[in-house]
Amino acid sequence: MSRRPISVSIDRLRGKRPDAGTARRLPGDERSCPRCQSHFRADEIDRNCYVCAVCDYHFPMTARQRLDHLADDGTWQEIAGELRASDPLRFVDLQPYTERVRSAEAKGATEAITSASLAIQGQPCVVAAMDFGFLGGSMGSVVGERFARAAEEAVAQGVPLISITASGGARMQEGVLALMQMAKTIVALDELGDAGLPFVMVLAHPTTGGVWASFASLGDVTYAEPGALIAFSGPRVIEQTTREKLPADFGMAERQLEHGHVDAVVDRRELPARLGRLLAIFARPAHDEAQSLASQLAQNGSERAARVAQALPGLSRRLRGRPGAEDLNPHPADDA
Amino acid sequence: MSTSTSSSGRGGRFVRRIADRLHHTETATGDVWDAIQLARHQDRPYPLDYIARLMPEFEELHGDRLKGDDPAIVAGIGRYHGAPLAVIGQQKGRDAQDRAYRNFGMSSPEGYRKGMRLMDMCERLNIPLVTLIDTPGAFPGADAEERGQGGAIARSMMMMLRLPVPTVAVVIGEGSSGGALALGVADRVVMLENATYSVISPEGASAILWRDAGKAKLAAAAFKPTAANCYRWGVADAVVPEPEGGAHVEYDEAARLLDGYLSRTIRELQALPHTERRRQRRERFRRLGAVREVTGT
Ligand SMILES: [Zn+2]
Repeated sequence: MSRRPISVSIDRLRGKRPDAGTARRLPGDERSCPRCQSHFRADEIDRNCYVCAVCDYHFPMTARQRLDHLADDGTWQEIAGELRASDPLRFVDLQPYTERVRSAEAKGATEAITSASLAIQGQPCVVAAMDFGFLGGSMGSVVGERFARAAEEAVAQGVPLISITASGGARMQEGVLALMQMAKTIVALDELGDAGLPFVMVLAHPTTGGVWASFASLGDVTYAEPGALIAFSGPRVIEQTTREKLPADFGMAERQLEHGHVDAVVDRRELPARLGRLLAIFARPAHDEAQSLASQLAQNGSERAARVAQALPGLSRRLRGRPGAEDLNPHPADDA
Repeated sequence: MSTSTSSSGRGGRFVRRIADRLHHTETATGDVWDAIQLARHQDRPYPLDYIARLMPEFEELHGDRLKGDDPAIVAGIGRYHGAPLAVIGQQKGRDAQDRAYRNFGMSSPEGYRKGMRLMDMCERLNIPLVTLIDTPGAFPGADAEERGQGGAIARSMMMMLRLPVPTVAVVIGEGSSGGALALGVADRVVMLENATYSVISPEGASAILWRDAGKAKLAAAAFKPTAANCYRWGVADAVVPEPEGGAHVEYDEAARLLDGYLSRTIRELQALPHTERRRQRRERFRRLGAVREVTGT
């Protein structure tokens, strides 16, 4: 029971696209591909970026594995790692929410998203990576807050923000406060945009519900992993509500590309190179940055200019320190 | 608690009712379920009922200028206390035929895009915006997905967040899921006394969390999505009273009570510089949530 992701509005099992986390675990260190049944040792699969070497099936990855694979030398500094879920509603469904959180934490991750500063192929950036294995990657208050802190760190450092999503949507056990995290991620992206910094999305399987209907839809550039389900409403909900019979590839990355909702379907093994190249394209030469600061100052008045100034790494540290805990009070509702 | 009562008798009763609910944190299951029934009462006033009473001069606009028109969202501009006001509202139907026409209040991407078309006009012409929220959720359909349901909701939130004009979102019935929040990123978010605001409908939660369609009452009690609780959590800035027995009992009086709150709030918001409004709007949504901090990790 505790291994089953909960609280997600998605996905029934289908032959072609197995549910994340259901890849059969073999004795010892081996895993089998749910699509072609090939067997791999754990180190083989890790070396191949958790992609099946035979059929290219993309296995689910934890956020830590994502960051290890993307970061130059595998080194990254976590942002807001000290935040943990609380239980504002004292919520109980088939199991108390606190127990669900405890058993999810026991598997190693501290929440469904991990934010970190790192460099990809020499390009500094901030990455917010989600983990479907933690309560279905659902977005509660910690996910919203860690995403917002990631965007704020990107603004402070003047670097782009990348997010990799794998989520069933809002975390229902946190009720309407979980819903409000959608708006919080929008606020974070608004600040990032005002600082003139790009937002790059990587949609992994699955990206659904409130995550797809908030920040995940707003990438300046949006990649999707092959076979990822990307949808606001999951197939089961749609079939139950409308009695429609859905095609087998409903909502899949390849179809979303056809319908114009993503820019490219990218094999995970090519992701570091693709992201590195993209960040290099976005990067501004230093003199250009100073010039753009000057023109923004001239054109846009003080609020915006201040944000732009903050976006310049050297300048930002001189103009303003990192926000201290005393002037950030983001959790008035945490009265439990 | 901010209220807009003018007659002290009614007001006194309202304040007592709300204070009562606020003091009972663990609201009884029956009370929450009663509120949900009232929020969805088939005779409850819908946006067009309020619009007809608040702004007799109203021009309804149709279509997203891209694909089609969504009858589940009404949008338009009207004369309100001597000035133009834009309204975007989620409209349900009352009889069987009308309910189907309005798609049971479930909005489509065309509806959100019609709303964004209006927001764009508000920005250019400096017209304040009021949204009226009442939906069981955005429409779950394969074609709605293809036409970008998720992106439409996300962009609607972003556009509302960035609007330079005063904005007020009113949850008038049931506010469920991202389909409601798409129109909810405003300077002030208020709920009518018997409205509800939740991450999902109790029926949806029952099927997913309890794996049993029959547990909606249990789900409602767990979510406690009442106006009083949303006020406590900071999700609602104020609760607007309804006539005794609910808004469906007396439309004129329900509209009058809403009018009192709206006209005062729009005036207050207009007194602020637009940069300050935007700063406060961002700050309002930035701080919502409940987290713990651990040390020594
Ligand atoms: Zn395989």
